[in-house]
Amino acid sequence: MVADQASKAQARTREKVAPSLASFEKELHKVAARKVFQERMVSTFSPLLLLVIWELLVTFGILDFRFFSKPSVIAGTFWKLIASGELLTHLNASIVRICVGFLLGTIPGIFLGIIMGLSRIVRAAINPMIAATYPIPKIAILPLILLIFGLGEQSKYAIVAIGTFYIALINTMAGVMNIDKIYLDVGKNFGANRMNIWWTVALPGALPIIFAGIKLGWGIALLLIVAAEFVGAKSGIGFLIWNSWQVFSIEQMFVGLLTISALGFVSSLLLDELEKKVVPWKAATIS
Amino acid sequence: MEGMISTNIDSQSTGTLGADKIRITGLTKLFRTGHTSVTALAEVNLNIPEGQFLCVVGPSGCGKTTMLRIVAGLEEATTGQVLVSQRDKSKPINSMIFQEHSIFPWMTVRDNVGYGLRMRGVRGHEARERADEYVRKVGLAKFASAFPHQLSGGMKQRVSIARAFANDPEILLMDEPFAALDEQTKILLQEELLRIWEGTRTTVVYVTHSIDESIVMGDRILIFTAHPGHVKTEVLIDFPRPRGVYELKANPRFGEVAFHIWEQLKDEVLKAKEQERLANEEPKREEKGVMRGGRPSF
Repeated sequence: MVADQASKAQARTREKVAPSLASFEKELHKVAARKVFQERMVSTFSPLLLLVIWELLVTFGILDFRFFSKPSVIAGTFWKLIASGELLTHLNASIVRICVGFLLGTIPGIFLGIIMGLSRIVRAAINPMIAATYPIPKIAILPLILLIFGLGEQSKYAIVAIGTFYIALINTMAGVMNIDKIYLDVGKNFGANRMNIWWTVALPGALPIIFAGIKLGWGIALLLIVAAEFVGAKSGIGFLIWNSWQVFSIEQMFVGLLTISALGFVSSLLLDELEKKVVPWKAATIS
Repeated sequence: MEGMISTNIDSQSTGTLGADKIRITGLTKLFRTGHTSVTALAEVNLNIPEGQFLCVVGPSGCGKTTMLRIVAGLEEATTGQVLVSQRDKSKPINSMIFQEHSIFPWMTVRDNVGYGLRMRGVRGHEARERADEYVRKVGLAKFASAFPHQLSGGMKQRVSIARAFANDPEILLMDEPFAALDEQTKILLQEELLRIWEGTRTTVVYVTHSIDESIVMGDRILIFTAHPGHVKTEVLIDFPRPRGVYELKANPRFGEVAFHIWEQLKDEVLKAKEQERLANEEPKREEKGVMRGGRPSF
């Protein structure tokens, strides 16, 4: 009897406790959501605040208008360049050069990287040349490339291709060499021939590191194309920036900088998305 | 007709293996480390009848895994011969269940299980069906499209088991497949492996360092000496099948067998420890240039 009563009492307290626990959890959720919202607001408004400060500093003459212009004036120029279609032409020219050069460099880089990763002999044969030429800043060979390929599009493709080739090759080789040996054993044990080892073990096994190389290479491609367009081009974002300097159009220069920054930002988001599609097994190791 | 396959050197195999599935004769393996060489295996001779579940126990570093890798064709023998009789030309000679982390992280469970089939050119949907059958057999039907990072350690080893069995090889090789698992998962997987194996009765060579495991799994247990490894003695296990791990352990004879094996093994383990101790002192007596054991570095 007593035990029965006790258990009833217990059940009652549990009933009482249960709803309060649920509401407590709800409260916790609310607090967490509020924190996330706050963080978002702060990271949205902090850049805006910076723009406002910039605007004010120039308006009150603390910063020199000739060198720093004003966000409001830059925005006007930005709009004008978009409306005239000029900005789009430059952007388009740069993107095509980056893409063509990137593919011309990255695909052979990955290909040779896998061979070098798998074969000691090939590695021994080619590694000295890679090691000797890799440290040369790619911009330093731009004059040579202009000499060989002329001022046309080919020289732009070439400089981007050369720069991204090294990054793709070195990362792929490291990726393949870092594949756990057991996977190669499994491939061999389950009857994979040389071709199969390539496609089912070496390439997918190295893919996470190859992708790191692709992202890095993309950044280098942006850097190189701007540099190449400074000296030998009549179009492109690099040309826009350099030309603005020559005609002393500060606003136009800032528009160029803004555009290249946006290009880098958007393309890195796209590459992240592509990585999730191509390397689906990597997703959980990060988050 | 019985075909003969030599997985290694000296392939002038004439005659027949008779009831034997695997015949190992005079198998020796030397590893070179710098300018000295280490004998990992010394003159291993062994016949394994068709359908036998053979367990190999020995102190760590005794070369039992090396022997398995030679049989698997992943390592070259220095001298000696491994013969495996092949009854069905369409079947692969061997499939291995590796220690751990051996399933491809970049393939789904289904693709991992069907890997051997695809590599042998089994057509797409046939391979898929067979893979699915074995995915079900190891109880992972719900996870067929999952990637390995979504699985626990035990589930990953289930995939590894399914991959080997789905390949339907002439012989199965297992290299301490459960060594990295927790005790309870290990028991479940041992029973599961036995259940699947009883459906095929494929000849198995199973390397382990666990005496209990070897008794639970095996028909016959080989005890290896300390390095350089060779067969010290063997014990036949005649507990009836199907076996349950704890049903078997409840049998008083289990303890007797385990004790008998430990008595044989103990000296070898002590020897191996002593070798390890000497190997650690090795740098001090380098001038002698003699390598005194320990695990060879590959």
